[in-house]
Amino acid sequence: MLHPITTVHYLLLSAALLLVGTIGVLTRRNVVIILMSIELILNAVNINLIAFSRYFGDVTGQIFAIFVIAVAVAEAAVGLGILIALFRNKETVWADEIELLKW
Amino acid sequence: MSQYYTTTDHFVLVPALMLALFGCAVLLFEVLVFPHPRQRKWLLLFVLLGLAFAGAGVWRQQNFLASQGIEELTAFGGTLTVDGFAIFFNWIFLAASLIVTLISYRYLEVEGEHHGEYYGLILLANCGMFFLATGTDLITLFIGLELMALCFYILVGFLREDRRSNEAALKYLLLGAFSSGFLVYGFSVLYGLAGSTKLRAVADALASREPWDPVVFLALATTAVGLLFKISAVPFHMWAPDAYEGAPTTVTAYLSVGSKAASFALLLRVFLMPLGAAREVWEPLLAAVAVATMTVGNLAAVTQTNIKRLLAYSSISHAGYILLGLIAGNETGIKGVLVYILVYTFMNLGAFLVVVALRRKDLLGEDLDDLAGLVYKSPGYAILMLIFLLSLAGIPPTAGFIAKYYIFLALIETRHYVLAVIGTLYVAVAIYYYFRIVRSMFLAPLADTGPLTTSFGLRLALVVTGVLTLGIGIYPEPFLGFAQTSLAR
Repeated sequence: MLHPITTVHYLLLSAALLLVGTIGVLTRRNVVIILMSIELILNAVNINLIAFSRYFGDVTGQIFAIFVIAVAVAEAAVGLGILIALFRNKETVWADEIELLKW
Repeated sequence: MSQYYTTTDHFVLVPALMLALFGCAVLLFEVLVFPHPRQRKWLLLFVLLGLAFAGAGVWRQQNFLASQGIEELTAFGGTLTVDGFAIFFNWIFLAASLIVTLISYRYLEVEGEHHGEYYGLILLANCGMFFLATGTDLITLFIGLELMALCFYILVGFLREDRRSNEAALKYLLLGAFSSGFLVYGFSVLYGLAGSTKLRAVADALASREPWDPVVFLALATTAVGLLFKISAVPFHMWAPDAYEGAPTTVTAYLSVGSKAASFALLLRVFLMPLGAAREVWEPLLAAVAVATMTVGNLAAVTQTNIKRLLAYSSISHAGYILLGLIAGNETGIKGVLVYILVYTFMNLGAFLVVVALRRKDLLGEDLDDLAGLVYKSPGYAILMLIFLLSLAGIPPTAGFIAKYYIFLALIETRHYVLAVIGTLYVAVAIYYYFRIVRSMFLAPLADTGPLTTSFGLRLALVVTGVLTLGIGIYPEPFLGFAQTSLAR
């Protein structure tokens, strides 16, 4: 007998995604993968919002999620644009080799 | 809710509409109407017109509130709220945009990257700041923050041929997007607690819960991480020195005052209203962050030889002082925060203006030695820089003293004696590194005999910031009164 999937399950999935995304940002050294990890964090947010939206029967959460998706796209576009600008001057995507500015 | 867009909605939205409209129009005009590089000055005029219209909108809102004797005007079903707090911050943002626009023309020509997008992005960033100060809804605040942040990512990387600028933009973007993710995760949990994205509903929902409720703590912690990133508080400050050093100096100036003031507006809105119920949880956390911020900011600034990097660490330490006012949290404290942000805007912009003037085709003008003997070459600039640095250090009769005075007064009123003592001790450290610049300007022999890069706009901006930095210090009453009427509720 399967248990029904409740809001809590979605929240746990979202928390797990947040954790995976955070670890990805902090440990991976490839800039493209760091950008992907940030997308994971934003998707964790979306799952949260949709789960709450469903729970409350309130449409606001879904609207919020659409905005978050739009922002995620804009961030990815700008991020890749900047990465290409950098790549033209120095051919690397490894965060360790981006080291001109240091304290 | 029969009408979707009422006259009140329009009245509240006018400044943002103007900024967005002119911001987008600048992008179009550069291509269609003024394609020739020599016509850029008309573009500049157009930008100033946009800022003037936005300012007129804010001015009419301020007059309306005063003439009707009401404290706030809500629009879009409580999504936007114009109150004294919003108007106060909107004036700061517009002033910062105006000054940055004035100084950018010559600077971008020297850098060889003079494009109309620059001004469009400045206006759009200012539009985002408007929503940060005016929004009272989690969605609006998030969109405002992202609008501002995305413009700043591009502006920081505006020097496409310069690897330092590329790097700064990439680092700023990665850490900024990461922190935005945390912030919006916190917002989603707040929405889950309240069932509504309105700040007031969230505040009511949190007030009915225990302050140490784990879900409340999760929301608080993730939101706080995001916000502390944005104001570059330790331990989330790593992006600031890199972004400040690599960005074009005019953008650094805008970033250090506009973005910081807007982030503090958001922080005050979120921490005082919805999270105010959990004050006993965040107060010790923020106190620890503020002490760490002042420590790292002040101590790291001591060893810097790059002026932009030095000012970056100094701006980190100023964020620590502003946080102290929020920790005190009484009326004097919040008033102190507002006055501090106002004063900081002008004195920090002023200091960066002098750095902008140092840049030449053949000289980066970012090293401490580039300032050596400035007083023999351009005494006016050296004396103005001295005023800005005295103010940054908090020495009377400059404005910086008034700002720090109210912060410390609030700390003593609320019996945070230890924090007050730590804050005062770090002022001594700050005086040391600011006076390294002063010593270089006044006592070192003249190192570089080339002319400063100056323009009418730059001189005007320098005089305005200089007069305000001294003026607020000598005659602070009108500005204190303005802050008093703008307290966050």
